[in-house]
Amino acid sequence: MSLDRRSFSVALGALGASTLLGSHATAQPAGAPIKVGGTLALTGPLSSVGMVHKLTGEIYVDELNKRGGLLGRPVEWVLKDDQSKPDLTRTLYEQLVNSDKVDLLIGPYGTSAILSAMGVAQRYQKTLVHHTFGVPPLAKYDQQFYAWALGPEPEKTVPAIVFDALAAGNKAPKTIAVVTSKFPSVHFISAGVREVARQRGIREVLFLEWDFGNRDFGPIAGRIKDADPDLIWGGALGLEANQILDALKKIDYAPRSSFWYAPAPGPMLKAPEANNALSLTIFEDHPPFTDNPVAKHFTEVFRERATQANLPTTTVEVQAAASYSAWQIIEAGVNGAKSLDNKAIAAWLRANQVDTIQGRLRFNGPGNFGDDLSRVKQVQDGKWLVVWPREWAAPGAKLR
Amino acid sequence: MTLPSWTLLAQSILSGLFAGALYGLLGLGLSLSWGMLRQINLAHFALAFLGAYLTYQLSTTLRIDPLVTLVLIVPLFFAIGAGIHAMLTRLRVTAFNSMLVTFGITVMVEALLQWVWTADYRKLESHYSELRLRVGPLFLPAPEMMTLAMGVGLSLATWLVLQRTDIGKALRASAEDASIAAAFGVNQHAMALLLSGFNAALAGVAGVCIALAYTLAPSQIYTWIGVIFACVMLGGLGRPLGPLVAGCLIGVTEALTMTVASPSWAPLVSFALLMVVLLLRPGRI
Repeated sequence: MSLDRRSFSVALGALGASTLLGSHATAQPAGAPIKVGGTLALTGPLSSVGMVHKLTGEIYVDELNKRGGLLGRPVEWVLKDDQSKPDLTRTLYEQLVNSDKVDLLIGPYGTSAILSAMGVAQRYQKTLVHHTFGVPPLAKYDQQFYAWALGPEPEKTVPAIVFDALAAGNKAPKTIAVVTSKFPSVHFISAGVREVARQRGIREVLFLEWDFGNRDFGPIAGRIKDADPDLIWGGALGLEANQILDALKKIDYAPRSSFWYAPAPGPMLKAPEANNALSLTIFEDHPPFTDNPVAKHFTEVFRERATQANLPTTTVEVQAAASYSAWQIIEAGVNGAKSLDNKAIAAWLRANQVDTIQGRLRFNGPGNFGDDLSRVKQVQDGKWLVVWPREWAAPGAKLR
Repeated sequence: MTLPSWTLLAQSILSGLFAGALYGLLGLGLSLSWGMLRQINLAHFALAFLGAYLTYQLSTTLRIDPLVTLVLIVPLFFAIGAGIHAMLTRLRVTAFNSMLVTFGITVMVEALLQWVWTADYRKLESHYSELRLRVGPLFLPAPEMMTLAMGVGLSLATWLVLQRTDIGKALRASAEDASIAAAFGVNQHAMALLLSGFNAALAGVAGVCIALAYTLAPSQIYTWIGVIFACVMLGGLGRPLGPLVAGCLIGVTEALTMTVASPSWAPLVSFALLMVVLLLRPGRI
């Protein structure tokens, strides 16, 4: 089941109107603060994305407190730096629960860190809302809830969405080269792509894997050029997509179509060879996403504060949107359950749906996962624009 | 399994040679430091990346041509290298402890890089990245060609200096037997400072090459350590041409592995070669 754009806009509009109006009418929160504990990669190799989540959380908590906090009480975000290390994440979540005695938990950044946090949450029966978990089958805890709407089987639904987009744009591939990092959350999707491609009769002309941290993409580019596929499916993390496209450019090869699963969004916009590259998103800073006042307001505040903070990315896209959605889920859960009891919050979430800036989320599927709300975006002249599904496409944007 | 085309094989060999030249350039300073000064200088990698980031910064903000930044980077890094050696000598750091101390310096430099440039990826966009030579079906990108030229040139020049000049003979004598060399009037301390400065300057040059061809992130300092150590040990400590030859051997073998088999097997290559050599010639280090 997926939510159509009209219903989404109406629901968010109503939420947004009441939210924005409420900021003037709600009494100041009072009493002991409700502590929401979590860690983020504030230092270390993942810190560039960690800072996006930090800023999003700060914006949300500030505005939540202006709207009256939770249950009439102010909200305090107890944030610790996990230094991009999952083992440290585990220790810090133990501290959050036992020393800081937080009321609620919010997840860290990244699948590995979330798994660490999940173990601790499970031990203490805390509900954990997380925003960047890439391998749903690994989430076994019944009180964990996702904010990045990939659905329970993204390894099937994500390639299906991409192939549907290409077919609708008259670019249905007959051949595919699947080239992928062995980084777990990326590799997992790439494995699914191979199966979905096979089911759709798309011939796989190349399959390559490399270890995360690979330096030399020259031979990989050479093999892609030799295979000459209609579509390159790149299970690339961070800057690997740019590195492969750069290596292809050096040997004078321009892909007919390329899709990159988890690229660093900023660098893709700056590289001329990445024009028309495809990727995945749950939110982009353009209509119809910004048709609702909550999303529009968030994108404006984020842009302003990200510029002040000198962040390399000042527009809201997947990471910030997933993070914001996580906070929306926590707020909805607490208000819905009218309690800080973690089991009650979990029960409410499973029984209800939450309107977020990426769409309406439900948590009653396998592993508490709901619908895959992925959309396909494309680099078009220096901007990421959603091109599929059509109802979420940027005004006038079509798949090139 | 389909066999790769001759063009693909040839392009991969070129790619391996280019990578190998950079391995050789990075390994040259480490090899001289380890073989002649008995210092395992892990800070060499941090200095290379510091050089890369400085190249990036000078080129993007002051619009200085990346190759022209060598005029600033080489003397600066010479001074830094001499300074590090002076500190290690003052503290009477042993060979093994030099690895620990310089690892500490590496961590500090990584933190500095992250503080100044953040953990976000940086890519130097220069006009060199658009230039490439075409020889039949093969492509020779300009940044990689420059790295190859610098790697070969500096390795040969270093070999010539060590073999044919008085300073080179003095350096080799100091490394072989410091007290006897001193008896012949060789100022061991000055030689050591000179060599340390030179090694750090080599790291700076390697940094310029890294900035021209690769993306930068502070955490990537560590991804080079394993393969460069393999180059140094395979090439022989203190031998100027050793890391270049070993680097090219490793680079080409990695590239061919990635071409014929799976790219994920490539990291096995360098260490498998190292193990074979150490088993066959254990006295190599």
